[in-house]
Amino acid sequence: MRVPGSVMARRRAIGRAFELLCLAATSVGILVLIVLLVDIARRGLPTLTWDFLTNYPSRFPEQAGIRAALVGSLWLVGLTALFAVPTGIAAGVWLEEYARRGWLSRVIEVNIANLAGVPSIIYGLLGLGVFVRALQFDRSVLSGALTMALLVLPIIIINTREALRAVPGSLRDAAYALGATRSQVVWGVVLPAALPGVLTGIILALSRAIGETAPLITIGALTFIAFLPRSPLDPFTVLPIQIFNWVSRPQPAFHQLAASGIIVLLLVLLSLNALAIYLRDRARRSMQW
Amino acid sequence: MARGTIVAPRERATRGRSLRPPLGRRVREWLIEAPLALAALVSIGTTVGIIGVLVFETYEFFQVVPLWQFLTDTQWTPLFSEKHFGIIVLLSATVLTTVGAIAVALPLGLLVAIYLAEYASPAARRIIKPVLEILAGIPTVVYGYFALLFVTPILQAILPQTAVFNGASAAIVMGIMILPMISSMGEDALAAVPRELREGAYALGATRFEVATQVVVPAASSGLMAACILAVSRAIGETMIVTIAAGQSPTLTLNPLVPIETMTAYIVQVSLGDTPYGSLEYKTIFAVGTTLFLLTLLLNIASQWLLARFREVYQ
Amino acid sequence: MVSLQPAVDASLGGSPLAFAIRALNLWYGRFQALRDITLDVPARRITALIGPSGCGKSSLLRCLNRMNDLIPEARISGQVLFEGTDIYAPGVDPVEVRRRIGMVFQKPNPFPKSIYDNVAFGPRVNGYRGSLDEIVERALRQAALWDEVKDKLQQNALTLSGGQQQRLCIARALAVEPEVLLMDEPCSALDPIATYRIEGLMAELKRDYTIVIVTHNMQQASRVSDYTAFMLAGEDRTGELIEFGETRSFFTNPRDKRSEDYITGRFG
Repeated sequence: MRVPGSVMARRRAIGRAFELLCLAATSVGILVLIVLLVDIARRGLPTLTWDFLTNYPSRFPEQAGIRAALVGSLWLVGLTALFAVPTGIAAGVWLEEYARRGWLSRVIEVNIANLAGVPSIIYGLLGLGVFVRALQFDRSVLSGALTMALLVLPIIIINTREALRAVPGSLRDAAYALGATRSQVVWGVVLPAALPGVLTGIILALSRAIGETAPLITIGALTFIAFLPRSPLDPFTVLPIQIFNWVSRPQPAFHQLAASGIIVLLLVLLSLNALAIYLRDRARRSMQW
Repeated sequence: MARGTIVAPRERATRGRSLRPPLGRRVREWLIEAPLALAALVSIGTTVGIIGVLVFETYEFFQVVPLWQFLTDTQWTPLFSEKHFGIIVLLSATVLTTVGAIAVALPLGLLVAIYLAEYASPAARRIIKPVLEILAGIPTVVYGYFALLFVTPILQAILPQTAVFNGASAAIVMGIMILPMISSMGEDALAAVPRELREGAYALGATRFEVATQVVVPAASSGLMAACILAVSRAIGETMIVTIAAGQSPTLTLNPLVPIETMTAYIVQVSLGDTPYGSLEYKTIFAVGTTLFLLTLLLNIASQWLLARFREVYQ
Repeated sequence: MVSLQPAVDASLGGSPLAFAIRALNLWYGRFQALRDITLDVPARRITALIGPSGCGKSSLLRCLNRMNDLIPEARISGQVLFEGTDIYAPGVDPVEVRRRIGMVFQKPNPFPKSIYDNVAFGPRVNGYRGSLDEIVERALRQAALWDEVKDKLQQNALTLSGGQQQRLCIARALAVEPEVLLMDEPCSALDPIATYRIEGLMAELKRDYTIVIVTHNMQQASRVSDYTAFMLAGEDRTGELIEFGETRSFFTNPRDKRSEDYITGRFG
């Protein structure tokens, strides 16, 4: 069958045009990221002063700072990690290493997959109904942390399971053949070998927790706080909420503060992820397979 | 024929020890396993909690406001003195912004996915994939800032009748936010299409464009659809971008250039206010929440079903 | 004490047995992997299981220390008598079985831990209270590895060469003081020099341990083992024991025609 040269040329031209189109679409994403970062830097760097980091919020932009929000975020992430990390790892280990492939584990699996897709504000409603009202923890860091822990639990569980699954069966066989019980195999060999993946899951989860706003607003985290929480039962605010508060005001001066707050937030996230990559590399080097 | 015999009691310390599991070991194993199982049940507890809270408050809400009114009223004014409870107002705003977001994210995301799966060199991938991961990891409040303070002014420059709060900038920025989701899941779906399928087409003299668009994409269609549905679900549940950029005035309209209030933005609005616990206004956020939950649940299930069917074919 | 049926053939005289396998059948789900295996494994000797690939030798080996328990669809019928007790009897603890009947695998599989921790793992999980240093050194000496690693015990085990890793796995298995060592094609992933060293090791170890080795290498079987069991899978892919006897007479004067065909290379 002979294909005329003109047809071939046109086909090739279409192909090349399409490739350029794809490239253009990809550049849109890169472009948006660059524009976003530049805008934030432009607006936020001038007001990113030491005072900004140590002041409390105020009606006057020149005197406002993110101290309360920053400390609140640290409190929140710490408590969330306390609740979510052991529970998530334990659940992941049970599902992957102990549970028989029965209906119960299947139900739990499907349930976790669904929970991962529930909008975060619904978790806020859950926290409001159960932690703030029913358990009477009121609008405290504790309520916030418990809510966020439930939110990020599926992330930790799913990542832990994947990490455990990646450990080769030959290692398990070797451990069993030495007369180890299932628990000894899991905790002595499999989990240590799965550590990089598990750590990744934890970092992903905590990054999510730091950046979330909606569920915390719903449980009543305040948007104007001029003190630091002293106990888990104290009211609090977090960085994203502070940013939201400033963005919502009409005065451009507050918009600048919002941008500065965003820079701090992004830096915190960046360091968290850098830490994750470092830990993962170190763990991987000692695993070496 | 001589027979073998089992040796009589051996000299070693293991002599006479039966091969029975000690009770202590079984108990210890169970003691370790029980808390782990409990941890796994927490996830069930979460679902029970969500459903419980939503059902409880929504039920009480519908004791006061009849369901048909909820579904058919064309105004949403629960915080005013003359109260209307038409969910369609909030729902339409959610749908409007979601449609806009998908209009942005789907074509772009699909093109990026095809590029990554069929065209990109390893060097290009090394740049593109991290960028997309970063885009996916940016907190939504930052996107909200971007929508209000960067995109809206640009829209206002192009179309001067654009209000400060409008659905369009929220939709555009939401589209950028969910783009990585479509491109990443889409790429997975395209990559799962077996090499043999592609090679068959190449061997017939097809160009890369023809193979990509006429063989690979159709073969991956259910996987791509699953990705799209999941992205829709994400857009529906998104809160901060719409709260910051689209406004908090519930309006039943198709105009993307005026303020509207989505379901999620309404919940935020009430939470920021001084609504007393247990009041009717308080219960409205749960009624709205239930609507949101049901919507996203249906979409998620549809997406998972499609994905399972896709995997069946190719694995 | 249990008196036994005659084995498929027996030139064992009154020599002590490590295992008496009686009418063992193994299924994976609906597929029968082993049929009616009856075999005596003499103590403190090296018994080789040979046969073409897919004949069930590894499956049989794994039956001897209940490793098949870890596969959910696996079922057995018949008996495996170890020192008078059927290891599959109800109430028997598989963990204890595996401590006393150790295993070395085809591809070396050291844990991603230090050399010391690899060898110490077994004693640790079994609750050993004495000096771990002693046990580690003794096991590494028995595996002829001590001199090569004594200065780098804390180094990661994965930095060792393939042959060294396999000897480490042997040391690891020996550290729990088993009575039997099951070896599943231990040299197939190693170069000839490493293979030679491990074969030498086996000759030393048989003074204290019963060794059962699965190998597809007939020359290795004839070099190393005292007794040989030959297995074949029929068209249904179910493995059966064809012949068993002293290695020397098996290879020079096999009694079954199929054994002769296999030895002379007519198939397999």
